[in-house]
Amino acid sequence: MARKILIVDDEPNIVISLEFLMQQRGYEVALAHDGEQALQRMETFRPDLVLLDVVMPAMDGYEVCRKIRERSDWNPVRILMLSAKARDVDVSKGLALGADAYMTKPFSTRQLMATVGELLAANT
Amino acid sequence: MIRRIFFKYRFWLLLALMFASQLAIVGGFFFVIVADRDAAQRELFEQLLLQRAVPMLLLALLLVSAQAWALKALIGRYLAPMARMAEEAVLLMSNPGYRIAPTGAREVRELGAKLNTLATSHQRLHDDVQAKIEAANAALAEERNRLAALMSELAQGVLVCNLEGRILLCNSRARKLFEVAQGGAARAAPVGLGRSVFGLLERGLIVHALEQVQYQLQHPEEGTGPLSVFVTSLNEGRIIVRAHMAPVVDNERTMNGFVLTLDDITRKVEAEIRHERLQQLLTHETRDMLANIRASVEIMQDFPELSEYKRQQFIGIIDHESQRLTRQIEDADRQRAGDHGGQWRLEEMRGDDLLALLLRRLDNAVLDDDARAGGDEGALWLQVDSYALAHTLTYLAHRLTHEKAVAQLRIGLRRVGRLAHLELGWSGEPLSADTLRSWENESLQLSVGQSDVTLSSVVASHGGEVVYQFDPAGSMSYFRILLPLAERRAPVDIGVLPPGRPEFYDFDLFRQSGQDAALEERPLTALHYTVFDTETTGLHPADGDEIISIGAVRIVNGRMLEQESFDQLVQPGQFLRPESTAIHGITDAMLKGRPRIAEVLPQFHRFAEDTVLVGHNAAFDMKFLQMKEAQTGVRFSQPVLDTLLLSQVVHPNQEQHTLEALARRFGVDIVGRHTALGDASVTAEVFLKMIPLLAEKGIVTLRQALDAAQQTAYARIRY
Repeated sequence: MARKILIVDDEPNIVISLEFLMQQRGYEVALAHDGEQALQRMETFRPDLVLLDVVMPAMDGYEVCRKIRERSDWNPVRILMLSAKARDVDVSKGLALGADAYMTKPFSTRQLMATVGELLAANT
Repeated sequence: MIRRIFFKYRFWLLLALMFASQLAIVGGFFFVIVADRDAAQRELFEQLLLQRAVPMLLLALLLVSAQAWALKALIGRYLAPMARMAEEAVLLMSNPGYRIAPTGAREVRELGAKLNTLATSHQRLHDDVQAKIEAANAALAEERNRLAALMSELAQGVLVCNLEGRILLCNSRARKLFEVAQGGAARAAPVGLGRSVFGLLERGLIVHALEQVQYQLQHPEEGTGPLSVFVTSLNEGRIIVRAHMAPVVDNERTMNGFVLTLDDITRKVEAEIRHERLQQLLTHETRDMLANIRASVEIMQDFPELSEYKRQQFIGIIDHESQRLTRQIEDADRQRAGDHGGQWRLEEMRGDDLLALLLRRLDNAVLDDDARAGGDEGALWLQVDSYALAHTLTYLAHRLTHEKAVAQLRIGLRRVGRLAHLELGWSGEPLSADTLRSWENESLQLSVGQSDVTLSSVVASHGGEVVYQFDPAGSMSYFRILLPLAERRAPVDIGVLPPGRPEFYDFDLFRQSGQDAALEERPLTALHYTVFDTETTGLHPADGDEIISIGAVRIVNGRMLEQESFDQLVQPGQFLRPESTAIHGITDAMLKGRPRIAEVLPQFHRFAEDTVLVGHNAAFDMKFLQMKEAQTGVRFSQPVLDTLLLSQVVHPNQEQHTLEALARRFGVDIVGRHTALGDASVTAEVFLKMIPLLAEKGIVTLRQALDAAQQTAYARIRY
């Protein structure tokens, strides 16, 4: 069965690329454009991995991450944060809140795919 | 009176006295001759006398004349010249150039000449001393002029204050800075000697900096002098000032004042903020756009078999994003600073010192041993706005204590990679996301008129992030503030001042200048006092609390004058705080229609004129009086004695120095406690009983009492 990936980002231009990349690798993809939508998709779509942008209006990626980690039944979900926030403190905060990996923008798509692969492999 | 009459008619009186005594002697002779003779012999004697009456009278007249002449000479040549010389000798004291004119008898003239010789040597001595004084004064004046020149040349403002915050020295640059800050000279609060620095700068900041400096004085570190830096804004942020505070210490290394140097960094900050903004734009948003471009390019490279539709889509993204980038950079150049970044408030601080400071501030916090400052890798340095940070944690602690019933907090600071984690931990239920969000974004009320400072903004201004974590294992919650570590710069060698006073301040700044020196040398028992107390709307004069009642009694010649008292309720410009009503029992209704402070203060000023002020914890009351200085133009510049401090002097081993405790100790009945007049009269009685105890300690004059009070541990600013 195909692994499921939820892409959470409010920037359509990056979503196009991310969606394309994940589909090429054979993953099943769902999209969310803000934090609220992401939490709904978590319930309905049940992803294995979330590509989570940090800077979003209303509920930011940190809070989404925290809410996901508050639910024990979502425990196995891998979270990969993608963010333009690139300071040490930003990365530390993301990891402290329960993200499994944190990549800063701009990132290498090859590196991204490798990391996604590693996270999903560790999950099986 | 009698002496004066005697002096005026002394010649005639003496003459009469002499004549009378001689007459008595002659009469006595006759009586001896005539007594117990028979009648015939007496008659014979009388005849003999009558026959020789004329020559005898002539002889008597001659005798009187001779005596009158002798008496005249005695008075004229001895007594009168000597009396004159005595007066002239007094003149010699005040006018060393004066010489006595020799008159009278030879001996008297000789005495005069001797006095003149003495006067000459006295004059020489006097001139000598005078010359030395003038030389010393000239040197002092030169030193002062040099200092004044130096200070006026300085690009920084300089204020020297005593511990109460009174300005003892102020250069023109500082004056100018505050005038501009307050919107021109006309509207400005006077910046002058003896004024309070708290009228000009935020009190909390100064007290905070004072604590820092005092802590550093007690924990000296190699290579750096005690120094505290803070940044504050004046005139609602229009002017930004960086202040350096250095202590002024006496020979015993105790602090008795401080020097503030003030830099106007407004322009610098504005430039920095613009720069910061630009950088932020070029990083955050640019990273987003670059990510979009890079992903599109990489996809086109890696998937050559891409459909034409997809390829066009990715080319569209690249085109769109590169145009956005171009616009972004053009905008960035035009961008103007909107708000303050905050990095410029930061000072370098050792982790240990920050922890110590926070532990002092949070009274229910303990040090978390697992999260000590530094760790194995040695001292940890941070760039912090310690004032804001301390406020932030105090705020968090307050909310936790009051809303979540948290009894104890654990606080720690540890190095984690290139970051420092400042941690606040407690046990209890986890916090909800909504609570967190509201706590993070609520105004901290850091300083008056600045409502945009929040937990988030403070952390952001440190370039940090805050994380809340819940550990279900021990049901422990943590607030972690992630802060970047600072590179420890080599201490700047500003030349550590040698111990003791720098010579520029040789003139004694720390005696209240402008005060009557003679008054301070008078014994406490000989002074007149106004013992006073105030009731207020609350405890925070800097936050707008005001006087609502003034009570005072006078002490004259060691007696409290109960019939001469001052007792006045005042209508404040704001409502009472409920907790204050609980103390003094005064309600808003009782104050309605009472005179305003602008009317009452001049009356009280006249009541207290030419007396020494006495109060219990007088610094508190004085602060309220000072707050009204600008508004009413009434200034209480007389010396102030504080029974709280004097109690420390006479009973240094007692722990309690409240007014109740003093009344109990001295056996004073408490009547009308917590009315201004009641408290004032209790204070007066206590003060009167203290004077003899002070004398036992060798404290007799006002000066000594003021000095002793200043030296006690309580002589720090508390309000």
